Amino acid sequence: MTNRVGYIKEIRKSLQTAWKGLTLTWSHFRRGKHKQQVLGIDQPGYFEQAAGPVTVLYPAEKVPVPDNGRYRLHMETDDCIGCDKCARICPVDCITIETFKADGDLGKTSDGTVKRLHLPVFDIDMAKCMYCGLCTTVCPTECLTMTKVYDFSEYDRDNFVYHFGAYSPEEEVRIRAEVDLAKNLKTAQTEPAPEAEPEVPVRRRPVMRKPAEEETSAVPPTPESDALEKPKTFRPRPLMKQTQASESPSEPPSLQESKPEPPVEDKPATPRPRPVFKRPTPDSTPES
Amino acid sequence: MLPEIIHIAIALGAVALYALGAVYAERKVSAYIQDRVGPLEVGPRGLLQTLADIVKLVLKEDIQPTAADKWLFRLAPVVIFVSVFAGYAALPVGPGAVGAALNVGLLFVMAIVSIDVIGLLMAGWGSNNKYAYLGSLRSVSQIISYEIPAAIALMAAVLMFGTLNLHDLSIQQGLHAESPVYFLGVWDVSQIGGILSWAIFRYPHLILAYLIYFIASLAECNRAPFDLPEAESELVSGFHVEYSGFRFAVVFLAEYANMFLVGVIASVVFLGGWNSPLPNLVAIEPAQVQSMGFWDLLKNLQFGYLTTGITEVSMAIWGAFWVLLKGFGAVFVQMWIRWTVPRVRVDQLLKLSWKKLTPAAFLLLLVSAIWKLAEVYAHT
Repeated sequence: MTNRVGYIKEIRKSLQTAWKGLTLTWSHFRRGKHKQQVLGIDQPGYFEQAAGPVTVLYPAEKVPVPDNGRYRLHMETDDCIGCDKCARICPVDCITIETFKADGDLGKTSDGTVKRLHLPVFDIDMAKCMYCGLCTTVCPTECLTMTKVYDFSEYDRDNFVYHFGAYSPEEEVRIRAEVDLAKNLKTAQTEPAPEAEPEVPVRRRPVMRKPAEEETSAVPPTPESDALEKPKTFRPRPLMKQTQASESPSEPPSLQESKPEPPVEDKPATPRPRPVFKRPTPDSTPES
Repeated sequence: MLPEIIHIAIALGAVALYALGAVYAERKVSAYIQDRVGPLEVGPRGLLQTLADIVKLVLKEDIQPTAADKWLFRLAPVVIFVSVFAGYAALPVGPGAVGAALNVGLLFVMAIVSIDVIGLLMAGWGSNNKYAYLGSLRSVSQIISYEIPAAIALMAAVLMFGTLNLHDLSIQQGLHAESPVYFLGVWDVSQIGGILSWAIFRYPHLILAYLIYFIASLAECNRAPFDLPEAESELVSGFHVEYSGFRFAVVFLAEYANMFLVGVIASVVFLGGWNSPLPNLVAIEPAQVQSMGFWDLLKNLQFGYLTTGITEVSMAIWGAFWVLLKGFGAVFVQMWIRWTVPRVRVDQLLKLSWKKLTPAAFLLLLVSAIWKLAEVYAHT
């Protein structure tokens, strides 16, 4: 290179290139005071901005997220029918759903689908979520959506588990008891209820949560503390109707006279129940 | 003894204050050049950011590697800083305002700043770290190489003025010069002064000498594009990789102090020192000017006197103003170059010094000698 360019030419070229670079950096330096506006790519003028600092002063300024932004999941508990489709399609298994059959209907979702399952547990682990959005596409009632919220860092990994379930643990115990009682009353009219019936199955909690909480925090953990802490905004009122609650007797079901053989199909299994309602029986009428 | 200590304390405070501002400026300059915004949060417009950083550095633990050479490691920052700081003694800040008006001022500055190299070598060797060692080796070879073109370029100017005294050099490039001043060697501008009487315009070949000195001074300060001693991508941070806390702050301070020092040396030798760049538009005898007031000077278009001062106090104040302005300008250009030009390779670095700058500097020295001879023949 040097041999072919020559001594003087090389000096001239290096001076020229250095000068060119200096004028370029100077033009940027001159524009240093005129910070570019923070615009979304769909806003007018995004491609026409003059040179200048492009810094987004993040907490103060944010690049607008388009309306179809796919970030944190949100679940509208009132609209969920507990079909378990989202949990099945999830490639990383970040959704945990537990349901149990309701005594009769639980009302309708906003698009008119009849709800027949109680939804004690609907946990989404956002730390696992890979934001593919498959769960939102399979959701039949469109209760599961991705929002524009993208900044939700946590100090504790467990806080990434968002609880969208309909009930607190106490409510769940109560409602299970009520459902079982109603069932027992029904069966008692035809045949006596089984002996093993009254005990309420303890539902499985996320495994990694408890020990970490107990080790780190000095505060004695109350059973509902972490469940209540995070999703305050998402927790809807219990779906249990007042009339059902009032007409069901308050004494424990253990007082009922029982019969040894247990009704297999009604016993709520501990982990996650099959979405029984998914295979529609021919006699059940479609809602539309 | 006490006045000297006070002088040193004032100078030290000024240098530290300047370094604070320079680090902030460096951040802002680099940010703007790279389309960023730079520090914003600490203080208005982030002005207190470097102060916060210095406080943090001073409060940090002074870590010393167990395998380090204890004394060399501890002494190195002191040697580095003191050698640079001592150079400030000979800087003429204004007419009559100079710490030590040495007859060999320029030589003294060149020599004392060279001790910096020993400090760098001590830091690199004493750290007992391969990166620090490589960095200091590079630093030494680089600084020794570049001192030759720098010194020869300065000599080209010194030859024209016939003095090594920085104060005399300044005086000769302005309205207060005793001997007549010729612009480009032909036009007598003794009463006009200003930018026309600066060395680089009196003797235009000194523009090249200034360029050579400026490039060499970048290398001497370990500034980009000659920052091989601390090349982050290769040597983590070079000779000061093992330093932390206050000692690191001192090394940093020395680097910025050195930047300003070479900037002021260049401006004193080539850019008129503390003289104003504004020329008088009308030539008036200095004797007449003595009786003029502010408005008379303005009406008679005596901008040179207006901005250099007539009384001793105003001269000192204006002199300090221009020296600082020129020094800061040089520092700004150093920063500008740093964020423009990528780092050179070692072979390029040495080639530039030995094959380009040194021969060119010698050539300019020859031109200076011939010019001086011609001048002596023409004006006698």
